[in-house]
Amino acid sequence: MNERIVDDLLREPERYELFEEAFWGTELDRRAFFRVVGSGLIVACAGSEAIAQQPGRGRRGGFGAAGPKELGAWLHIGEDSAVTVYTGKVEIGQNIRTALTQVVAEELHLPLERIRLVMADTQWTPFDFGTAGSSSTPRMAPQLRRAAAAARELLLDLAAEQGQVKRETLGLQDGKVVTTDGKALFTFGQLTQGKKLMKVIDDTTPTTPAEKWTRAGTSLPKVDGRDFVTGAHRYASDIKRPGMMFGKVLRPPCFKAELLKVQTAEAEKLPGVTVVRDGSFVGVAAATEQEAAKALALLRAQWKTLPQPSSEELFEYLKKHPSRGDGGFGGRGARDSRGSIAAGLKAADRQLQATYTIAYIAHAPMEPRAAVAEWNNGKLTVWTGTQMPFRVRSELARAFDLPEERVRVIVPDMGSGYGGKHSGEAAVEAARLAKAAGKPVKLVWTRQEEFTWAYFRPAGVIEVTAGVTDDGTLTAWECHNYNSGGSALRTPYESANVHTEFHPTDAPLRQGSYRALAATANTFARETHMDDLAHAIGLDPLAFRLKNLKDGRLRAVLETAADRFGWGKGKPADNHGFGIACGTEKGSYVATCAEVAVERGNGRVKVLRVATAFECGAILNPNHLKNQVEGAAVMALGGALFEAIRFANGKILNPRFADYRVPRFADVPLFETVLLDRKDLPSAGAGETPLIALAPAVGNAIFQATGVRLRSLPMAPKGVKAS
Amino acid sequence: MAIVEELHINGSRRVVHADAERSLLSVLRDDLDLTGSKYGCGEGRCGACTVLLDGRAVRSCSTPVSTAADTEIQTIEGLAKDGKLHPLQEAFLKHDALQCGYCTCGMIMSAVALLNRDPDPSREDIVRFMNGNICRCGAYPRILAAIEEAARMMKGGRK
Ligand code: FES
Ligand code: FES
Repeated sequence: MNERIVDDLLREPERYELFEEAFWGTELDRRAFFRVVGSGLIVACAGSEAIAQQPGRGRRGGFGAAGPKELGAWLHIGEDSAVTVYTGKVEIGQNIRTALTQVVAEELHLPLERIRLVMADTQWTPFDFGTAGSSSTPRMAPQLRRAAAAARELLLDLAAEQGQVKRETLGLQDGKVVTTDGKALFTFGQLTQGKKLMKVIDDTTPTTPAEKWTRAGTSLPKVDGRDFVTGAHRYASDIKRPGMMFGKVLRPPCFKAELLKVQTAEAEKLPGVTVVRDGSFVGVAAATEQEAAKALALLRAQWKTLPQPSSEELFEYLKKHPSRGDGGFGGRGARDSRGSIAAGLKAADRQLQATYTIAYIAHAPMEPRAAVAEWNNGKLTVWTGTQMPFRVRSELARAFDLPEERVRVIVPDMGSGYGGKHSGEAAVEAARLAKAAGKPVKLVWTRQEEFTWAYFRPAGVIEVTAGVTDDGTLTAWECHNYNSGGSALRTPYESANVHTEFHPTDAPLRQGSYRALAATANTFARETHMDDLAHAIGLDPLAFRLKNLKDGRLRAVLETAADRFGWGKGKPADNHGFGIACGTEKGSYVATCAEVAVERGNGRVKVLRVATAFECGAILNPNHLKNQVEGAAVMALGGALFEAIRFANGKILNPRFADYRVPRFADVPLFETVLLDRKDLPSAGAGETPLIALAPAVGNAIFQATGVRLRSLPMAPKGVKAS
Repeated sequence: MAIVEELHINGSRRVVHADAERSLLSVLRDDLDLTGSKYGCGEGRCGACTVLLDGRAVRSCSTPVSTAADTEIQTIEGLAKDGKLHPLQEAFLKHDALQCGYCTCGMIMSAVALLNRDPDPSREDIVRFMNGNICRCGAYPRILAAIEEAARMMKGGRK
């Protein structure tokens, strides 16, 4: 290994012919890069993982399949000993900035303050497909860990050479190279002084095993937490540029409306106002937000509108409008067919058939879509909140017919997204206005715009047919999901006869990813149905699940949650009920037990207690993981009990927090959360799966409390009506 | 149209030139670059924009700047004194009472108002007072714990 490293070290990057200009994914070449970051040492990770992140991506000037691998991230150690890491991931509140800093600190034996992460800036960070699908931890953490490990080895090589000492007698401690007897020999800066060294590593570089972690795997606080509690952190919506104007966009009165005519003269008369009309896009920019709003109100537009379906007829509509596409998200691979459903049902003592429905819901991140756009000599820079900076860069490049190199997208740590900010609407709108106004423009969507013109979590219809014998053997399981998606549609339970299938439809609203995708809907249907089956044959719901479950990791969380909750030990009080559910998605496992109370009379549901067991491999930061698990459960409460988008004729009927109820302090139950740390398994992401078992656990508890079986999400927007 | 020329913010006098009907939030953010107060809804329903007027919490998104003209305005930027964090800020950090942090400044300012009024609130009191503040990331349990801890710290010592 040493020889190979030294060999690489001998090649200054300027002469490293393997890599050509597209290497960084930006217009910067290596020389320019060193010129900007300063001399020192760079370790770049190129791995099959970096490639796996970008299916079907063909880049101008990129490499073919036989060329060098693309980069996932890189790390720079400067002459001042500062360690800077460049990654295209976005901080959306999942605390990935902290977790990634921890893994780098681990390998380099550094205090966290010495490491800075440059994230999600398309000029500086390598291409990244986006911060989605719980992928940052499983994919980016190992890459950075390897980069940091390789940097450590390089530093040790350099120290051995410069100090004329045996390499085996050296180690790293607190940001310095030390001898085994604890004598400090060099700082990182002394070793990298005046050098321009670059090493490209792949995914075979060894790293510290989880059992030996001292910084990773511990509950370190959010690295830049102070900026958030003092208001110093600048989100995209807080960015201010010299001469900046404020933009507003004219929205159609309903979806699918066509602009026939617009009169802009009145608005244009206002001093300092720019009005932009470009096809169906009409927007204004003015010196203040108030002026912009005034100008917007003066626009007179005529629209052609179409009759459109309403939420009342939603589920029927979905069944009647199949589509040929794959429905985008998670559709492929969801089909699972073995044995014969007919034979399985014949062998059953009991059969149970039911239909479940899932409403459209909104992500409603507290920071609505926002962007500040600035043009400079034909180059466009946009600060915006998106989970996919590189996709937004492409959107901008396409919208303005620019090469991607002339577009820079910067994503300051953002006011979250929950899967709802994969797109760049505000970025494109702000850039159009800025281009016309000749000044930077800030555009912040109103809450009402965010509730209307963003996309929604898909609604769905799920039909389940199952058969079971009196001894609790699942003889048949058939499940069809219309529209909401294929995630977690496969059942984790054993059965000889299974058929699951996703049916994409031509949906009536704009829909897209939402934290956990369809795993929430599919787990709700499955775990409710399983509960029903257990009751039908008089088996305990936990025992029934375990009887049909072989997956050891899922069994482990199920048993742990039940144990923590005290499942089977004692009966609920009057009007109270206990429920249990479990699920798995994206390599992590969750089980939830809930206790609810249902008020007599008005049927109001209060979730009192939630015990959750969660397992996602080796844990990087237990405290932040617990924060994610409980936060996800809080979010899930909304979709489980009361959140639903209502619409009619292309209009959203409840686009305000006054009409769209989200979970608040008073809704929060007592949480008992157990994290299973599997140091022997790779770390999986944790932002999503903890959502999925909550709704069925709550629904099953409501059933025990009231005898009412609820099969629609949200289950009780107006309370539970006694049967 | 009436114009507001001066505001008292975080102990100092600030010159502005704002239409009286503009929201206090937009004047703070856009004119004075005090961006710790956030826009979350503009309808008084989320609390992200919370600031104090004479020690009482208001939603600055739905407060005309004229209302604030003769009051002492306190925003998150003025909470730490000489670089020393307020006990609520300390407690939020200690309990990791945030994820994306977008609600955090509003949460802290609301909690300051609560503790001004009632230095020893019960958990029910906290829930009732804070129920107008939304944290979409769901950090509520930690926020509750942080407010309780700050109350203990501010009473002088841990009991
Ligand atoms: S922005 Fe003022 S309450 Fe939401
Ligand atoms: S931390 Fe994200 S909204 Fe509260």
